Amino acid sequence: MLDARSEGYVTADGRQIGGVLMEMKNITLRFGGVVAIKDISFDIREGEIRAIIGPNGAGKSSMLNVISGFYHPQEGEVWYKGQRRPRMRPYQVAQQGIARTFQNIALFEGMSVLDNIMTGRLNHMRSGFLSQALWWGPAAREEAENREKVEKVIDFLEIQHIRKTPVRRLPYGLKKRVELARALAAEPSILLLDEPMAGMNVEEKEDMSRFILDVNDEFGTTIALIEHDMGVVMDLSDRVVVMDYGQKIGDGTPEEVRNNEEVIKAYLGVAHD
Amino acid sequence: MPDTLLFAMEAALNGLTAGVMYALVALGFVLIFKASGIFNFSQGVMALFAALTLVGLQTGQIPFSHLINAIFGTRMHHFGWTLPTVVAIAGTVVVMVIFAWAVERFIFRHLVNQEPIILFMATIGLAYFLEGFGDIMWGAEVKRLDVGLPQGMSGPVDDLTFAWFGYGFYMDRLEIWAALIASLLVISLVLFSQYTKQGRALRAVADDHQAALSVGISLRFIWVLVWSLAGIVALVAGMMWGAKSGVQFSLSLIALKALPVLILGGFTSIPGAIVGGLIIGVGEKLFDFFMQPIVGGATENWFAYMLALAFLLFRPQGLFGEKIIERV
Repeated sequence: MLDARSEGYVTADGRQIGGVLMEMKNITLRFGGVVAIKDISFDIREGEIRAIIGPNGAGKSSMLNVISGFYHPQEGEVWYKGQRRPRMRPYQVAQQGIARTFQNIALFEGMSVLDNIMTGRLNHMRSGFLSQALWWGPAAREEAENREKVEKVIDFLEIQHIRKTPVRRLPYGLKKRVELARALAAEPSILLLDEPMAGMNVEEKEDMSRFILDVNDEFGTTIALIEHDMGVVMDLSDRVVVMDYGQKIGDGTPEEVRNNEEVIKAYLGVAHD
Repeated sequence: MPDTLLFAMEAALNGLTAGVMYALVALGFVLIFKASGIFNFSQGVMALFAALTLVGLQTGQIPFSHLINAIFGTRMHHFGWTLPTVVAIAGTVVVMVIFAWAVERFIFRHLVNQEPIILFMATIGLAYFLEGFGDIMWGAEVKRLDVGLPQGMSGPVDDLTFAWFGYGFYMDRLEIWAALIASLLVISLVLFSQYTKQGRALRAVADDHQAALSVGISLRFIWVLVWSLAGIVALVAGMMWGAKSGVQFSLSLIALKALPVLILGGFTSIPGAIVGGLIIGVGEKLFDFFMQPIVGGATENWFAYMLALAFLLFRPQGLFGEKIIERV
């Protein structure tokens, strides 16, 4: 069912998933003598929610950092939209339409929620800075358009009440949501979420899960997320890559992964006789 | 109206124009500090270097002529032309942008993620380098700078105040013009940082490098941009002060006057730099006016620092600076 060359597949809940959007081919990443990722290949398809899971230290975050250009693998290739991606800086990757959030939240603390989300639109602004500074001509129209998109995201994530609040004053759960909003405002082709539920209480986790599903459903955004909370991931994602000690030990639908011997071993441990 | 009050008003008005100039110098520091957390010790020398370059281009000096003459035994100093002021200013802007690029490329790119104190030390080194480089490039003698701004007593101010109060205020036309130009620059910088894409990116970089990268902002570009802006601010400051008192080494010391301004206004606030500059400008003139009979003059040399000291004791983050509360 999951032939890499196939045209896509239909999920359990009946959504049509498209072709390959991003493909990681034999990625190996080393830090000095430590091998963080060892020869891993997988793909991300258009419109799906793809999860990378694994115990702490499995190399999930490293993998996300490879995708978003913060790390450069020693071996292997990253293919994006049918082309091999050359070595790129993180800001170039972002300009290509890959937006991300961070495990420990990287927001502009001194700026308001609205300004933070507006930074997500930076790559969609084209007019010259003279007209921007004077709020004149195409710049005014462009700013208005961008504001409209941003307001839509704000509505969608239900953060209207804090639009003008400086991010520094927000509680953790809301900060996570603002970070998601900033990434969404960029209208990304792929949305990368680094442990979106980390440190949240049950209620916040439920909210976040709902938002992730809604984003995928409403905007058709392809989402790749990292999580070590198995339960959340299984409910959320269409396909799951399981990593352990830098290696891929499983790849498939949540159902397949759940029944995978290796995965059970990695998560539950195995009795030594 | 009593004479004392009129004299005080005159002093305050002159203080205001001086204050705008202080604000301008301080703004150069704030720009770089906001965007990179670097306290740029070389800001004053940048003003000197910019003014030297402006004079050099304007009068058609051959760069490095002393060096060339010493090596090749030639005797050439001038190309033999004089450039119009506007062209010379444009040329200087280009030089400052190249300087900004070089600073990023050869210094700060190699010091990413270092402690602020190390970056600060690097700017001290940069200050000494630039000081010597400016001397080699343009020569060390005192130069006169004429950018075509009017000088001498301002007639309209004199007439107007005479008509109102029966006493004509003395104001230097150069200082009025300098204040106007500085205000214009300050306003455009504020517009730039608040309303443009690059300005927003600049504020974003100032706040969080990693987050800025993840929304597609190139750090290197922003750093070159910021240093270029600081270079342009330095140029305007160097031009105004140079026109007033000649282009010479002491020009680089105006940066010291910016320190109390920054302590007053806060290192991270553009409005703070403006208000701080005005307070110090007016404050030192008024203080001098009222205290001169008692302490015997020359209070302008130390008043600003004393005020800064008082601020450090009672409001260390400045008037507008962000209060930093460490979470324990």
